[in-house]
Amino acid sequence: MADEVKLFGMWASPYSLRVELALKLKGIPYEYIEEDLSNKSSLLLKYNPVHQKIPVLVHNGKPVAESSVILEYIDEIWRDNPVLPQDPYDRAMARFWAKFIDEKIQPTARNANLAEEKEREQAVEECCQQLKMLENELQGKPFFGGDTMGYLDIAALVIAFWFEVVREVVGLDLITEERFPILCKWIGKLQDIDVINECRPPKEKHVNYVRARYEAAKAAASN
Amino acid sequence: MDQMAEHGQEVKLVGAWHSPYVHRVAWVLKLKGIAYEFVEENLNKKSSLLLSCNPVYKKIPVLVHHGKPIVESLFIIEYIDETWKDNPILPTDPYEKAMARFWAPLIDEMLLEGSRKVPYAEEEQLEKQIQQVSEAMEVLEGMLKGKKFFGGEKIGFLDITFRWMTIWLGAIEEVAGVKFFNSGKYPLLEDWKNKFIGFHVVKDNLYPMEKLVRFFKKYR
Repeated sequence: MADEVKLFGMWASPYSLRVELALKLKGIPYEYIEEDLSNKSSLLLKYNPVHQKIPVLVHNGKPVAESSVILEYIDEIWRDNPVLPQDPYDRAMARFWAKFIDEKIQPTARNANLAEEKEREQAVEECCQQLKMLENELQGKPFFGGDTMGYLDIAALVIAFWFEVVREVVGLDLITEERFPILCKWIGKLQDIDVINECRPPKEKHVNYVRARYEAAKAAASN
Repeated sequence: MDQMAEHGQEVKLVGAWHSPYVHRVAWVLKLKGIAYEFVEENLNKKSSLLLSCNPVYKKIPVLVHHGKPIVESLFIIEYIDETWKDNPILPTDPYEKAMARFWAPLIDEMLLEGSRKVPYAEEEQLEKQIQQVSEAMEVLEGMLKGKKFFGGEKIGFLDITFRWMTIWLGAIEEVAGVKFFNSGKYPLLEDWKNKFIGFHVVKDNLYPMEKLVRFFKKYR
């Protein structure tokens, strides 16, 4: 019986990109369904009633939600080209840092970008401390996964590509060459990888999208 | 026994007796028959061991195996399962495993984080926390339909992750004068709680309710 794999995603979501990239890296054929987050489909609501969010992977009719959960599931069903490391300790570390990116780095970066001038310096400092901890994981390796991309590289793509789009909109440069030489080198390598460039949101469309959301957030904050 | 000899050396669990996150790791170690040294931390005066093992969050539990630290209770349990492969704690079916990985952190957030503030909350906040806990308990009640345990016929990962609830919530009920379990609203959860208390391995680990009540009252 042929596997039926569907991915409910959204073109500008880094979480959606994680799943797409993992599927492509492992050569798994899938059907992609673009969701309009302002008008969610009844299928999405049926498959992810708890959070009503993308990405959702539906494998032979069974839904899996949350990008980190989906990536682990994919690795366990399709065992070629593993995305997670094999060693249990390395797996624990990869899981830890991926969670750190989502629960710590992303919110502090958001705070830094939305901060009023008097709070900005402290917010930036907090974000940079966290980015430094993550950068240290790259010491002596081209990728977080070692010689090739892995689970943590995929999770960290949000830092590689989304941060640069936000920088264009907001003007705040968090990841400078001076502060994060190793992270910048890693980002440079990612930009040369075809499969990533296939999945990434188109730059100009992405900048416009982020600009609209940023302006809405600023307006809401001042009301 | 062979795998114990190979992997069983130098397992330390750094934690505090009152932490449900620490207890779930301790129960997993006991269920799998893994010998370990428990290092009690005073969270008001963190040891240099803890700070060096978990420099990012400075939190317990930390499992130290062959000198290498692993943090976050759910990741520790996965590590234990992957290193000592007998008597798997997580479901073996990938889809069931995905469901366990989805629900465990979510219930932690709703139930554990919601309830831990209850003894100290002001009235407005209290309403909100109680509401959050009730929502979580409704979800759990639904998950138990037609099953003996969250793991099915036998205790599984989710039973172990939620086990703390029966003691912890009981202590909070007493200190804050609220009712979660004993409200009659969650009959399946009540049943589950009672079944689970009889399970002998876990019984060894019941941390004394009275001690926990005193602990909560002290920090109120």
